[in-house]
Amino acid sequence: MTILEAGERHRNIDSPNPLDWISAAPAAEVATRAPAKARSYTLPIQPGLIFAYFILAIALLWAVAPGLFTSYDPVQGLPGQQLKAPSALHFLGTDALGRDLYTRLVYGAVHSLTGALAAVVIGLFAGTALGVIAGSIGGWVDEIIMRVVDVLLSIPALLLSLSIIILLGFGTVNAAIAVGFTSIASFARLVRSEVVSVRRSEYVEAAFGSGGTFFKVLWRHVLPNSLTSVIAFTALQVGSAILQLSTLGFLGYGAPPPTPEWGLLIAEGRNYIATAWWLTAAPGIVAVLVVLSVNRVSQAIGKAQR
Amino acid sequence: MARYIVSRVGQALLVLWAAFTISFVLLQAMPGDAVLIKFQNPEYGLSAEQIADIRAAYDADGSVLPQYVHTIGNFVTGDFGYSLQAGVAVSAQLAANLPSTIRLAGLAFAAAAVLAVIIAVLSNLSGFGRLRSFIQSLPSLFVSIPTFWLGIMLIQIFSFRFRLVPVINPGEWEGLILPVLTIAVPISAPMAQILLRNIDEVLTRPFVSVARAKGASHAFVLWQHVAKNAFLPVLTVAGVLFGELLAGAVITETVFGLNGIGSLTEQAVNFQDVAVLQAIVVISAAAFVAINLAVDLLYPVLDPRLKTKLGAVS
Repeated sequence: MTILEAGERHRNIDSPNPLDWISAAPAAEVATRAPAKARSYTLPIQPGLIFAYFILAIALLWAVAPGLFTSYDPVQGLPGQQLKAPSALHFLGTDALGRDLYTRLVYGAVHSLTGALAAVVIGLFAGTALGVIAGSIGGWVDEIIMRVVDVLLSIPALLLSLSIIILLGFGTVNAAIAVGFTSIASFARLVRSEVVSVRRSEYVEAAFGSGGTFFKVLWRHVLPNSLTSVIAFTALQVGSAILQLSTLGFLGYGAPPPTPEWGLLIAEGRNYIATAWWLTAAPGIVAVLVVLSVNRVSQAIGKAQR
Repeated sequence: MARYIVSRVGQALLVLWAAFTISFVLLQAMPGDAVLIKFQNPEYGLSAEQIADIRAAYDADGSVLPQYVHTIGNFVTGDFGYSLQAGVAVSAQLAANLPSTIRLAGLAFAAAAVLAVIIAVLSNLSGFGRLRSFIQSLPSLFVSIPTFWLGIMLIQIFSFRFRLVPVINPGEWEGLILPVLTIAVPISAPMAQILLRNIDEVLTRPFVSVARAKGASHAFVLWQHVAKNAFLPVLTVAGVLFGELLAGAVITETVFGLNGIGSLTEQAVNFQDVAVLQAIVVISAAAFVAINLAVDLLYPVLDPRLKTKLGAVS
């Protein structure tokens, strides 16, 4: 495969998610600007990428073992410690109920991250299933599935997730389902285009020729080869799912208080923007850092595949 | 050409019908009873018969298929039903809220375009070395910022810290500065990305080398030869940008307490006001379809190279 082809394959400009268009950018850069650099055989050390992995590792540790990072209680406030500015004792300050903000951020990681993962898993599985069915069967099945995908893409993602929220009600799980639902269409479209191109390749023809049944060839050859570019896209979706979930949490449709979900933390801190800036600033910075890191890693995965 | 237009319009109508159907299935055909939720509230003190009357008025007990036919007929004539929460026609609510949102979104779109052009131009002017890579990484930073948080931080910095823009009882236009900026930042990111990529691509074309060989300066080449070629592809994502714009409006109007379609949407979700949300979903899908249709039809006009292979435009 030529470099140019690889660039084309990753372009997903009509996806509703601006992050997808960005994933296309490095491909074009490789193709147009620096063909000489792409040939270098030693891997340069990328401080940005290492930093991104470092941030993600910390966020994951926060989610898995929050008790290791803090000794305060995330829900029970300390008497007489309300709205304290960042200090040695509470290094991100405390909220209106005297709860340590850093502790709440640490304990909130599990809500924000598992929610995002669940959402992406929903989108990945449903989207892959639809894409594989459409791409491998073809004909009118393909036509119908892709038209439905077009329609889903024509409804703004936020409105689509709000429709699901109205249908299912508020809550952590429902918010994750709503966010996952919005990514089904983009996954289906990407997987279908991959399946269609893999199906035309010679080794698939050879597998059919040597007597493979439809499902066996699909499972052994088409599916694994179609999913490589889906991996980078999946990583990208984790970042956007974190953003969308925090938006739903901020609007009050996600986890109920006193859950320390990041979006909800910002919503709660909003009432004190004039007096306690740290309550809104800190959770937002953490969310931005995590999303940036996820995007950086997914970009690296995308590049490694080419 | 006429056949092409007719088939594209037909396709657009089909997508619109399907969008209506999906939103109907999601919002109205599924179990869940907004009428009961609202009027069972003891505050209203309604008897069982009165509730039954109301339910009949809203046609809440009818079977799904006649309801579907009924609703689609109403939508075609511009009747979107009644808002459960406000008790007024949804079309009246939309008409009241649409102008302010269009103004907000329009200004934000313009601001985003300006921001994207600034990013693209700065990163392409010579003499910026290290700054160039920083500027080129701005778009990926912009899409990683939660919109609502950006709005709150702007209030915090510009209104409370530096007291530059008042948030309490601001003037009509003064009050729009921060909201417009809040929406514009995330929208500018994809625009800037596409611009940057296209400029890089166009700069490698032979006609650029020819212009350079004739002695044109870098800025002249950018402005005279590259700009037009780099701007056109941004149009292809206009529909998607519209969706982002609308999502930005929902969040921004909530954060800044503005009236408009966004706050209407938020209230509709809070009170399970299905009719309002469905109208908004269908109208935004219609706008998306219309924008894409317009772009498809306009593109060959703006880029004459495509006229010969019309079928390839999608």
